[in-house]
Amino acid sequence: MTAQEVRLCGLLLQEHFGEVVEKMGTELLRSGALNLRALAHQTSTPLDLVKKSLCVLVQHGMCVFGPGRRGPGGPVEYTANCERILYMLRYPRYIYTAKSLYGDTGELVIEEILQRGQMTMSSTVRTVADRLTHSMEDGQSMEYSEVITAFTRLVETHFLQRCPPVDSMGTAGKASSGSSDASAVPQPARPETHPDCYLIPQVCGDEGIFWQVNFERFHLHFRHQSIISAVASKLDPTSSEIVRTMLRLSEVTTPANTAHTQALSANEIFRALPVSYNISRPILDQYLTLLVDDPMEFVSKTGDSGGGMYVVNLHRALANLARVTLESVVQERFGSRSARIFRLLLRKRHLEQKQVEDFAMIPAKEAKDMLYTLLSQNLVQLQEIPKTPDFAPSRTFYLYTVNQLPTARLLLHNCYKVHTHTHTTNTHHTHYIQRVWISTVVLFITLFVKVMCCVDVCVNFCVF
Amino acid sequence: YAGRGRGRGQLSFSIEAVGIGKGENLPPSTVQPTQLFPPLEHKPVPLQTSEEAEYMLALKQEFRGAMKTLPFYIRPAAPKKDVERYSDKYQSTEPSDNTIEWTPENPVIPKESKKPRVNKEEIIRKLETLEKKEEEVSSDEEEGEKKKTEEEEAEGEEEYDEEEFEEETDYIMSYFDNGEEFGADSDDNMDEAIY
Repeated sequence: MTAQEVRLCGLLLQEHFGEVVEKMGTELLRSGALNLRALAHQTSTPLDLVKKSLCVLVQHGMCVFGPGRRGPGGPVEYTANCERILYMLRYPRYIYTAKSLYGDTGELVIEEILQRGQMTMSSTVRTVADRLTHSMEDGQSMEYSEVITAFTRLVETHFLQRCPPVDSMGTAGKASSGSSDASAVPQPARPETHPDCYLIPQVCGDEGIFWQVNFERFHLHFRHQSIISAVASKLDPTSSEIVRTMLRLSEVTTPANTAHTQALSANEIFRALPVSYNISRPILDQYLTLLVDDPMEFVSKTGDSGGGMYVVNLHRALANLARVTLESVVQERFGSRSARIFRLLLRKRHLEQKQVEDFAMIPAKEAKDMLYTLLSQNLVQLQEIPKTPDFAPSRTFYLYTVNQLPTARLLLHNCYKVHTHTHTTNTHHTHYIQRVWISTVVLFITLFVKVMCCVDVCVNFCVF
Repeated sequence: YAGRGRGRGQLSFSIEAVGIGKGENLPPSTVQPTQLFPPLEHKPVPLQTSEEAEYMLALKQEFRGAMKTLPFYIRPAAPKKDVERYSDKYQSTEPSDNTIEWTPENPVIPKESKKPRVNKEEIIRKLETLEKKEEEVSSDEEEGEKKKTEEEEAEGEEEYDEEEFEEETDYIMSYFDNGEEFGADSDDNMDEAIY
């Protein structure tokens, strides 16, 4: 985690929880794991305020605690989670998504749980019903059952999950990595290892069962949305609807970071298409063929049974989208000729200066200028290949190349920087919009970077 | 670095290899840091102001506002006033932080172990028992032991102060040789010359 990210986390904590919690969170992020007294000492804060801050952070899942370096006998250590704190940037998007999927009721459920970190189902239902009743006309009131339905839908589609049970030491249940090695700190188990993770309890007797937002599920949804909209803009709405159907069918069964969805037969897809898209079976086959043939490789055919087995290539599609985002950034900042050079380097991997000039069909002097500008901005890197062991400059190849993953990370950190700056400057209306827009870009790039980390190195990013 | 040292101006590689032709006009060399706000050649794309973005903006502002009212927003204690004023009695003092209303339902943070306090109690008890033993059997040895443990404890506390005190001077005390030992060695061995 970079200093920039820590600064942004501090700003977010301050805006949501005040400066005391901000101080604690920032100190934890900078120092790594700390016990209670060390944290109080380092921040010169009274112990009770430190405890309250930690309560707030843990309640919201931004801090975990566990046995410290000295093992179970020593003081408990607290660790802050930078990534989780940065998710606060996306809260409006999560709430808006819930609204688009499950209406105002869903929207309020997610909003309440985000505000409070964790809630029981009964208190959520009560609060949301009251809020909705307030906003309705006199005499009308919101039925608890309607709210329960929305809550249930959110749980069934995994947007909400139970908080993992926590014992006194912070290790979650029996699902911790039970290692006999005393020095290993057992990690709190992921919520999904708990068998009742998505089990709805009785409304009246659910004290002690707390629910939290399942952020990864929302991120999966965002990734799918970006693929669907990419298909819609590259091809046509019907193709995007087909892809949406395929993704919907495999939503709950596909694990988070797999390369493709599970294989679906054309028959299944045909049956699951929304009624408004009244296309015949042969037409569907044609659309599927078009999708498979498209160079962006959104969809692949993996078999012939059931009328043809098809998968959505999640990793490939997202990697291509990330690449296109990078190209677009270069184009907007440096012009279309620089973008041409950039695309060329992406396609050809390594090129000498002379080759760049020739392939891009740009005069030598200008090509040099552009390459050096891109190099100085770290969007392009120089690779030295020596001909002789002494690395003599006259006998060394200097090749220009683009390293996608570090470049994507660089852009991501630029976005964080912009976020920080707009947060600290005067909060004018335009700045808010800037921040929302930047959150979108950040979201894209973060999702892609995550995926690209999993993508096999030798995946070919061949484009057009 | 090429060209440093004797024969300045001679490079170890030919300039053509880097791509600079003979007699070509090189851009002027930079003699100062780049401008703080260099001229922007390509203007940024205008911000998207879709309905979606506007709605999310409103959501964000509402969220921030709501968070400030919840007990999770911890305000530091109000700064102490310089002089106690008569009107303080009539002003309602807000609680220094809002978390009084909220008790975490989950066992959110673990109970911190009370070991340090237990240890202190044990030490006190030990001292008491030792005192009693002392009264029963007044022997020098036991007193000596007790004094030692007390001294050790006292030393432990005062050690820090002593070091601080010592370091008021720049010279480390143990290194100081105040010359008393000079000439203590007998001058018997006159074989070796004294410089």
